[in-house]
Amino acid sequence: MSAIKAAETVLSVRDLKVQVATPAGARAVVEGLSFDLHAGETICIAGESGSGKSMTALSVMRLLPEPMARIGGGEILFGERDLASLTEGEMRRLRGNDIAMIFQEPMTSLNPVLTIGRQLGEALQAHRTLTGSALKKAVVAALEQVRISEPERRLKQYPHELSGGMRQRVMIAMALALNPRVLIADEPTTALDVTVQAQILELIRDLQRERGTAVILITHDMGVVAEMADRVIVMNHGKVVEQGPVGQIFTAPKQPYTRELLAAVPKLGALKGSEGPMRASAAPAPVADIKPTPVPVRPVVEVNNLTVRFDIHGGLLQRVVRRVHAVEKISFSLKPGETLALVGESGCGKSTTGRALMGLLPFTGDVLVAGTPLGGLSRAQLRPVRRDIQMIFQDPYASLDPRMTVGDLVGEPLTIHGLASGSELEDRVAWLFSRVGLDRDHMHRHPHEFSGGQRQRICIARALSLSPRVIVADESVSALDVSVQARVLDLLQELQDEMGLSYLFISHDMAVVEQISHRVAVMYLGQIVETGTRAQVFDDPRHSYTRRLIEAVPIADPARKRESFVRMEGEIPSPVHGLDYQPVYAELEDIGARHLVAREAA
Amino acid sequence: MAAYLLRRLGQTLLILIGISLVTFILLYILPADPARQIAGRSATPETVANIRAQLGLDQPFLVQYWRYATGLLHGDFGRSYLQKTEVAELIASRLPATLLLMAGAIVSELVIGLTMGMVAAVQRGSKLDQGLMVLSFVGVSTPQFVIGILLLYVFAVLLGWFPIGGYGTFRHLVLPSLTLGLLGAGWYARMMRSAMLDVLRQDYIRTARAKGLARWQVILGHALPNAVLPIIAMIGIDIGIFMSGIVVVESVYGWPGIGQLAWQAIQRIDIPIIMGVTLISACAIVLGNLIADLVAPLIDPRIKLR
Repeated sequence: MSAIKAAETVLSVRDLKVQVATPAGARAVVEGLSFDLHAGETICIAGESGSGKSMTALSVMRLLPEPMARIGGGEILFGERDLASLTEGEMRRLRGNDIAMIFQEPMTSLNPVLTIGRQLGEALQAHRTLTGSALKKAVVAALEQVRISEPERRLKQYPHELSGGMRQRVMIAMALALNPRVLIADEPTTALDVTVQAQILELIRDLQRERGTAVILITHDMGVVAEMADRVIVMNHGKVVEQGPVGQIFTAPKQPYTRELLAAVPKLGALKGSEGPMRASAAPAPVADIKPTPVPVRPVVEVNNLTVRFDIHGGLLQRVVRRVHAVEKISFSLKPGETLALVGESGCGKSTTGRALMGLLPFTGDVLVAGTPLGGLSRAQLRPVRRDIQMIFQDPYASLDPRMTVGDLVGEPLTIHGLASGSELEDRVAWLFSRVGLDRDHMHRHPHEFSGGQRQRICIARALSLSPRVIVADESVSALDVSVQARVLDLLQELQDEMGLSYLFISHDMAVVEQISHRVAVMYLGQIVETGTRAQVFDDPRHSYTRRLIEAVPIADPARKRESFVRMEGEIPSPVHGLDYQPVYAELEDIGARHLVAREAA
Repeated sequence: MAAYLLRRLGQTLLILIGISLVTFILLYILPADPARQIAGRSATPETVANIRAQLGLDQPFLVQYWRYATGLLHGDFGRSYLQKTEVAELIASRLPATLLLMAGAIVSELVIGLTMGMVAAVQRGSKLDQGLMVLSFVGVSTPQFVIGILLLYVFAVLLGWFPIGGYGTFRHLVLPSLTLGLLGAGWYARMMRSAMLDVLRQDYIRTARAKGLARWQVILGHALPNAVLPIIAMIGIDIGIFMSGIVVVESVYGWPGIGQLAWQAIQRIDIPIIMGVTLISACAIVLGNLIADLVAPLIDPRIKLR
């Protein structure tokens, strides 16, 4: 794209410094950042959490959470003006009109008590005198540009009535309605499902092409960087590590940090042709290699026709009026030492399945854990079964009680089950700590003293404390930075090799799933639509939904950048149905070597 | 919606039955004897027994309650022991004054409290914020009769802006409303400040600023409707708190409401009046909460009444 090189400079950041007030005085969170943004160009600012990338975005908009954070030096030149020294009133006239921004969380970025029409109209009225039917026309036009279905109807709707993808479209409509010269997108697709992410990325790219908007895209996802960027700025701890054209960053990174960051990114398709999962150590672990025709081993988890439905009550007597069909008749089994991945998008029932397995939800169908059927067990009867099956959750911040020491947290299951006390408990916890790579001297600290990755290790230690045979890992690495994520995945695999653990690995991330699993089950609307070995599902996906999922994943290789994503309109239908609804069960067909695929209506 | 209202009505009936029963029991086990009160000190035991029989007080508890409850179903609240008039009439003649006073109190606590809280939140950490919070604390912790007397002394006696007592014009209403409302205003100022601070941290406030909206548009258009939500629910509870406040406020200002009626009745153990006022207060509290619940979805579309 040589035309871009010659294009005019829209925004020029010179030696930017952003400071945050701490009890110990001002601390720089961004330092010495300089770049030029040209018309029609996309610059990606990439980095892990704490790299200062979001702070950079907020400083350009002058939306830093003052007085805690402020611009401590440097210039942000927009044309003749230095944004860093404008008054709030002058800045207000630029925001939305010349420079617009979209944020990470479409769920919380729109005001819940105001209609879409009002929020969009207001954005227009802030800079133009528009009223009545002219305003309505402009709002509808803005919604049409982001390809929202039934734009007229959306005007009267509230944010909670729209899906995440639609809300992000509304945010984009709002940001681009006045044709700003610069669009800042702070992790615009991080909270969205992959297929929706593909739609949103394509939308941003199309609108940018039409209008020549310059885009600053902030992201932690190197796949998104490779798909979207013309130039890349890699940041770490507030400093620029490296910047350059996207091809150069990916093919010939100069700095070790960039190389590490790229190496840690799980790449979809990296394991093409191989049967077992990727191993952390160079030496392949023979134990875990499950051949397509394995010796008959009794599965440690057997699930037959598992169905979970939630009732929605209403009416005068609070009778059941509708049901959420969360999981519909799914069957699978998990062998010792095996990892089965349940993958799918939000609302497909994968987490519900995991929770049913833990006996945390009422369900119908048969679930056997280590040979014991879970159905109809009382709480007391469930307790011994729980020793065999443990869970690691997604959010390592929310799943540790902030008032307990981490040692107590890890030892608590042992106390509850009456398995250890006193010095024995202490020894056992210390062993668990060292096993997951934590310093045993840290046992007496509290959760807030640990980083996200360390906390997830604490959660793993807690899950391991009862020596379970199965661990249900529900999006357990999704909240972690890629480099941390890679190390936690390594740990999980080491533990599996060593202890013969089985994992039910619930995830939306196709690349991670490809790395860790032996077998994969793809879920869609509460049912399994395709299941088989990792190689079968990833190298030869047969169901159209599986293909869509794989196709939608951004690939961290700018050489494979797509001209356009496969156009995927529409979103996953709702699983809420009336009482007389009869679910249609997709029949699974064996297309050879236990590769099961749901039959699709032609 | 209709189903929701029907269910709430059913709940209200149960609440009223419960409250009437509890009040009746409390009055029954009270050591004081209404018949003796009516008969006077010099009456003979026979006279007292006669009066007791006339009033039906010699009947077993359940019979007494049954008579009272079946009367209620016909809209009969009974007759006052001492004033010899229908309780329903007595209450009806005094209720408008009390309702007016409560409405005035709600308006003053909302206007004063919400404004103070909003200004304090927006100016967080400033001298103004600190001053307003001290003031709200004074409002919360000063007994109502002290506030009443202070307001009377300053605004009626010293400045002469408002009448000292009585009922009839808007000027009569101002001081009693303020006296009744200041306690709530103090609470609301504190609640509003923390709700507002919380809302101002939300992502959608940042979005509103990113659109280029002016500060006042962000605060009044985006933050206020969200911050006021938790406070709406409190107004229903306030009516209950007011019920105890009006007894004090009405006697300080000579306001002819049911607070005074109740106070006189309690002193003389006039059971039908006590019961009547209690039930009417319970109705008012239930109704206040219902209105608060019905208003909430008008502000927050996510709330669905089921």
